[in-house]
Amino acid sequence: MLPLIEQEVLLRHWMTIDEFTNMITISSMLPGSVGINAATFIGYQIAGIYGALVATFGMILPSLLLILLLEHFFKRFQESQVIVAAFYGLRPVIIGLIFYSAIRFTTSLQLLTTINWESICFLGIFLLTLILLRKKKIHPIMIICISGICGAVFFR
Amino acid sequence: MLAMIEYEVVEKYKWMKKQDMTDILAISQSVPGAVAINLAIMIGYRLAGLLGALIALLGIVLPTIFIVILMSVLFLSFHHHPIVNAIFKGIGASVVALIVYAGFAMRKTAIIDIPTLMLTIFSILVLIFSSINPIWVILFGLIIGILIGKLKILSNISEEEESVENMKQEKKHYL
Repeated sequence: MLPLIEQEVLLRHWMTIDEFTNMITISSMLPGSVGINAATFIGYQIAGIYGALVATFGMILPSLLLILLLEHFFKRFQESQVIVAAFYGLRPVIIGLIFYSAIRFTTSLQLLTTINWESICFLGIFLLTLILLRKKKIHPIMIICISGICGAVFFR
Repeated sequence: MLAMIEYEVVEKYKWMKKQDMTDILAISQSVPGAVAINLAIMIGYRLAGLLGALIALLGIVLPTIFIVILMSVLFLSFHHHPIVNAIFKGIGASVVALIVYAGFAMRKTAIIDIPTLMLTIFSILVLIFSSINPIWVILFGLIIGILIGKLKILSNISEEEESVENMKQEKKHYL
């Protein structure tokens, strides 16, 4: 979802890449889905409260319509070979998009252009987080608090 | 979040049986969008029709909207402060890790054979080296999936190679 939002936002000059990166950071800190939070955030920046409401609704509307449709055709949907096959192809592409947004996010932080104190700290926090997530199953909110403190200490 | 919703719906208010809840959960997970929101919409719809769906949607979305708006206001007034910036850089590093981890978590259900592996690598490369709109990559995956599905039916590949979901459905048929 994020690469899609990024392309639209940058194309329309609603935000700079720096603003967008910070916005994604905040969106992922908050409860709920990152994509929807990002939409609310962008909507608010562009057009205030109404912008936030409209953007959020716009983000949810497709799923809302799809679900209401599916409710009527529930049985057929579950057994449909075409849908199963479509998801077979869709999932790997979604993983591609996820890794791509990780790469985009890293480049937009502009910390990894040269080897220096900041880029080493960045890699350190990144690896530590990944290990904590995989081995210890720590809650993401805890991770974000810890890394925020690390950031305040190392990046000053 | 999901466990909380399930508890409220099945145990506390007894709006639904556990089996129905499992079915609904399966659909909410396969429809694009946030699972919790999809789930709320479906439960609302089952219990009270279109109005129920809309109210359930509002109920689950409004708290986050308020929090996000509050954070935007705070962020817009503080984001030039050096310490705030340093904190954001630190969190940025872990956000990248969170994104990568989400990708890892998905790989077991998504990358199940060689075509899906190729598709993953291909889509990452295309996204990095071209400025193509990501929607085309998604559509491409969709079409390739359907084509491979058709090929599989034609050449009658055994069930072992089908996706986990297929297997679940096959089990249902045998029962």
